[in-house]
Amino acid sequence: MNREYKSVRSEYGKTLVELGKVNKDIVVLDADLSSSTQTKLFAKEFPERFFNVGISEQDLITTAAGLSCTGKIPFVSTFAMFASGRAWEQVRNTICYSNLNVKIAATHGGITVGEDGASHQALEDISLMRSIPNMTVIVPADAEETRQAIKFAAEFNGPVYIRISRSNLPDIFDSNYKFDYKKANIIKEGKDITLITNGETLVETIDCAKILSEKGIDAEIINVPVVKPLDNETIINSAKKTNRVITIENHSIIGGLGSAICELLSEKYPTKVTRIGTNDEFGQSGTAKELMAFYGLNAEKLAQKITGLIK
Amino acid sequence: MIDQISELEIKDIEEVSKKLRKNILMMIHNAQSGHPGGSLSCIDILNVLFTKCMKHYPECELNPEYKNRDRFILSKGHASAALYSIMAHCGYFKEEELLTFRKFGSKLQGHPCCKVLKGIEISTGSLGQGLSIGCGMALGLKLDKIDSKVYVYMGDGEIEEGSVWEAVMNAAHNNLDNIIAFVDRNKLQIDGSTEKVKSVGNVKAKFEAFGWDTIEIDGHNILEIYNAIIKAKNSSKPCAIIANTIKGKGVSFMENNAGWHGKAPNDEELQKALDELN
Repeated sequence: MNREYKSVRSEYGKTLVELGKVNKDIVVLDADLSSSTQTKLFAKEFPERFFNVGISEQDLITTAAGLSCTGKIPFVSTFAMFASGRAWEQVRNTICYSNLNVKIAATHGGITVGEDGASHQALEDISLMRSIPNMTVIVPADAEETRQAIKFAAEFNGPVYIRISRSNLPDIFDSNYKFDYKKANIIKEGKDITLITNGETLVETIDCAKILSEKGIDAEIINVPVVKPLDNETIINSAKKTNRVITIENHSIIGGLGSAICELLSEKYPTKVTRIGTNDEFGQSGTAKELMAFYGLNAEKLAQKITGLIK
Repeated sequence: MIDQISELEIKDIEEVSKKLRKNILMMIHNAQSGHPGGSLSCIDILNVLFTKCMKHYPECELNPEYKNRDRFILSKGHASAALYSIMAHCGYFKEEELLTFRKFGSKLQGHPCCKVLKGIEISTGSLGQGLSIGCGMALGLKLDKIDSKVYVYMGDGEIEEGSVWEAVMNAAHNNLDNIIAFVDRNKLQIDGSTEKVKSVGNVKAKFEAFGWDTIEIDGHNILEIYNAIIKAKNSSKPCAIIANTIKGKGVSFMENNAGWHGKAPNDEELQKALDELN
């Protein structure tokens, strides 16, 4: 398939610049990764509102907390590993406990970090962020959804964690798409099984559904950009329709989207759910493409597994 | 704001300190939980700061000047009894409420919570985060060209947290001359002497090496406290006031005793303590 791939990170940086032009309260903080996270675009345009705290992720989060106390709207960026891991307790006890208006836009989430290997592949960030009260968690799937999620975060009052992928991603949505943080969206209707996903695995799931369709399996695809709060209604309705749910995510199967769906369905509409993601294991070096294949997250591997599951 | 303090005022402040100490002890006794040692070591400084030096408004948002207030962060949030006692004295809430300290449904949570008590700038309790929060506030105030100070109160054991030193570098790098940090050098932490547990060493030299101004004082001498704050306010760098204090100060059997870090006095101990303070 010929698709145009776009840098989601530079979309993030450009959106920050757009926001910075209309809202002087937007400030941006980074921890020595402003090229990787693309916050450098904002730094160039608004140097007085950009703060590079150096390689100090704990300081990054709590400095943002202090800025928000003076009415600023801080966007904070570093790798997902450090934002959600190194500084977890700062996020919990300072940002979320005080319900501060801080936006954590973490790049390099998931296995697709690639060559850097396991130390930099955050496979637990959604789990870590989702478990904190007051936190909203968003995993956009392409440049357009990223742009809209960032704009939403700037207007929303409260802490938000947004996972931005390292990989360039193909366009799925166009400007007609309306991101609604209360809504999951049905990408394709189907009657046999429900595939629930978000982020980088959405495009793989779309392609997987095409392969499944050739095999006579009619899959419904639900994109869940907002993992918390979850759109219960859309998910339960789909489960009622197909009675078989498969979750797909670029994250550990422990605590992420798959777990969130299981928590919901087990209480509200018990349905058989299979979680696909990385298992209880660390990643390794390789290209994003190789790793997606190895961990069973590309369209072909997904189709193989799902065909086996529903036989 | 006055720049000098008279003998008479010092006497008054000392009298207030006595009352605050008694309140701290009664709160902790009533809750049968809390941290007397570190509350008694910091109360003289909080007293001088809140009654003589800091620009603050107990009526909070109702005062149009509220946005221009100085900020105070109790980074060693376990000294909450001290903070609540000075806040009640200043009129943030009624003194009767002090006896709800640490009780179910109280605004006076075990560690300060900004969501339930007006006047608390930000919730604290987990050590090592206050100075960095203060850096953020100081940056925000500078962006808005608001000429206010950010006061951060830390414990000496607390500076064993690495995140404190990330913030120390942050303040120096950004020339945050609107930050004043206190280090409550009572030389004790839960497991004993700071020098035994993890040598804190020469705190003054450490801050200076990181590019800060420092002032070392007796943290129970009202005049020294007052003069240090006035001097720190005029510093052209972030300034650390290293306050040599006595953990449990004012109650003979609590003084310099790590055992009173997080222990409530019983009825008899309370009476003995109150008698000493009378």
